[in-house]
Amino acid sequence: MIQRSLTLFGGLFVLILLVGWVMGLPFTSSRLVEAAAYALIALGLNIQWGYGGLFNFGIMGFLMVGGAAVTFISFPVNPAFWAGEGPAMLGKALLAFAVGALIVLAARKSDRIGITGKWKTALTVLAWFVGYCLYRSQIDPAAAYIESAAGGGWVGGLGGHPVLGWLFGGVLAAGIAYIVGKICLGLRTDYLAIATIGISEIIRALIKNMDWLTRGTLTVSPIPWPTPLPQDFQAGGMDGYSALLSARAGYLLLAVIVLALVMWLISRAYAGPWGRMMRAIRDNHIAATSMGKNVTARQLEIFVFGSVLMGIGGAMLVSFVQIFDPSSYQPINHTFLIWVMVIVGGAGNNWGALFGAILLWLIWVISEPLSKAVFDFVSTWSTQFGWGAIPEIEARSAQMRVFVLGLVITIALRFAPRGLIPEVVKREG
Amino acid sequence: MTELIFFINQVVIAGLVLGCIYALGAIGITLIFGILRFAHFAHSELMTGGAFIAFLLASAFAAWGIVTPIPTGFVVLPIAMVLAAILALGIDKGFYAPLRKRGAKPVTLLIASIGVTLMIQGLIRLFFGAGSYSFFENEPKEVFRFDMAAIGSTRPLVITEPQILMILVTFVSVLALHFFLTRSRLGKAMRAMADNADLAQVSGINTALVVRVTWIIAGALGCMAGTMLALDVTLKPDLAFNIILPIFAAAIVGGLGQAYGAIAGGLLIGFAETLAVFNWTMVLRPLNAILPDWMQLPPTLALVPTEYKLTVAFVILVVTLLVRPTGIFKGASS
Repeated sequence: MIQRSLTLFGGLFVLILLVGWVMGLPFTSSRLVEAAAYALIALGLNIQWGYGGLFNFGIMGFLMVGGAAVTFISFPVNPAFWAGEGPAMLGKALLAFAVGALIVLAARKSDRIGITGKWKTALTVLAWFVGYCLYRSQIDPAAAYIESAAGGGWVGGLGGHPVLGWLFGGVLAAGIAYIVGKICLGLRTDYLAIATIGISEIIRALIKNMDWLTRGTLTVSPIPWPTPLPQDFQAGGMDGYSALLSARAGYLLLAVIVLALVMWLISRAYAGPWGRMMRAIRDNHIAATSMGKNVTARQLEIFVFGSVLMGIGGAMLVSFVQIFDPSSYQPINHTFLIWVMVIVGGAGNNWGALFGAILLWLIWVISEPLSKAVFDFVSTWSTQFGWGAIPEIEARSAQMRVFVLGLVITIALRFAPRGLIPEVVKREG
Repeated sequence: MTELIFFINQVVIAGLVLGCIYALGAIGITLIFGILRFAHFAHSELMTGGAFIAFLLASAFAAWGIVTPIPTGFVVLPIAMVLAAILALGIDKGFYAPLRKRGAKPVTLLIASIGVTLMIQGLIRLFFGAGSYSFFENEPKEVFRFDMAAIGSTRPLVITEPQILMILVTFVSVLALHFFLTRSRLGKAMRAMADNADLAQVSGINTALVVRVTWIIAGALGCMAGTMLALDVTLKPDLAFNIILPIFAAAIVGGLGQAYGAIAGGLLIGFAETLAVFNWTMVLRPLNAILPDWMQLPPTLALVPTEYKLTVAFVILVVTLLVRPTGIFKGASS
């Protein structure tokens, strides 16, 4: 098994060198940084699916939450917002939200005063409606005011360090994962998948349309880097090319340090009693319950842990590209891609997930130039035969990566259902 | 009465059309879930693929100079449905049957269906690009405007020809499905297998045949839904991919595995979406005359802003899963 892993990682290294040689260092260096962030996300999913057997199809939502969090923490302060009435109006909206939540809570406890059965249900629905109307009546004018010129356009950031933003992304993702897990984890696998997709779509719709908080489709840029930017190196007297590479190398170093730290932590957790308990729950939760394990609480725990990594990974991606564009998030690129990474790499094995993430990210990014080259070749060939060239090669090759991704996952499911570096099942005694 | 006609135009017709499309898609999903026990995500691609097959056929008809009294999209629909059913059978044979034979878990089949989604979507985009197409490039889209002055409305009742045909076709096919499921031997076998697959097999039901018939029905109805959606709006590669979740919501709300539940769920979600974004001020405006000044209605009084239209379906989905996971018609439990 070790030998197989080493061979595969060696092959991956050769592939990276090959990509670097063909596509150039600027391309490869930024892809490697992204691959490190995706590896973190894939490890998060590996915790949820590989360790815990939880079916999270809402990865996109957690990535967006992480991205929004790092934007909020690290973007420079917007003085126009803080000078206007925006903060006060938002405070009122928050108060309305709290009052609404209290009304709903009170309605849910109404059986204490003797309201039960259908009446309680009706009262709860009414309380939700009243709370919703109350909140809307405060948030709508606040949002309209902040989005106007007087309110500063949007809330802006806090001007903190990006690494703080990454941490906040993790914390925010954890909070949302806690709520989602509380709601959904009792569901069976396919229902859980559909429910999490639904929730991630709700998160996407909210982030995309809450212009006052995230600027929505107007996008936020440039988001600061945690490490020196190429411009800083250039100011120090470097030429453009080596400044770019040094800056990327700095970012890559930071990303790899985070990744190594996470890898070390979760490998320790996996090998320890906690990991054994999680695998026991995944393999047979009824047996685990009878051994006195609190399955629901443990699954919630693992769902939150995995989502923290997804939030941090999403924040790292946004910091790196320096732009937060909610409309660029797609289920294919940000949910299904991660799933393919974990399944092809090997669910339940951290090295497998890491391998799958880097390999799939490389396949994903090079399938476009590769298919363009193939199309160009076929096109010149068909032109020589007098059949004419292939129209719109650029647009077509951009779409090929979706097909390649589908092909990879179907082949993997058929011929290597446990992944390239499968989980090692230890048998003792 | 103007307000009533406005309400009918904005909510009743739009909700009915959307509900019909959701219902047709949800029937396929719910049947596949009932028989094969997995959530079939690639259903969206059966719908989009079916719509593109119909589009190609309609273009071919136009190129051959065949002129039809009703929109060509509806004329070619039966042929497209047959082709889509063959496509569905092929997908099953190529991708799901080998996994089933290996005894893979439903989760693996679900992931395989996502792989199929990606492959078909990639192929459609490869051949048709990312642009949008219309069935009505060579023929006009007829719009009927019924004058409602007789009942005192200043607005006409507006409905397009495809919308009328769509509602009719859905009604007929749902009726046909009902008779198939309740009267024919095969339909009864299907319901038996959905109820208890092992019991159905030991009582001599040809399960392989039932699986094939399920794919044929799912493919044909998916093609119908996709084509009608494309006839109502425009045809684009992510046509059905964007609405697959509302369709799943419809199937779950109705109770997974329950064909009638899927119809009810589809209509429910369709109407809920249109009602949620409906601007009530347009209907309640006459009240402004009797209401005191401080209670005048705001210019927009919708339950949720328009940009959250699709979110309504997800909220209903999540609430259903929490409150009544078996759906309205008591489907498979979660």
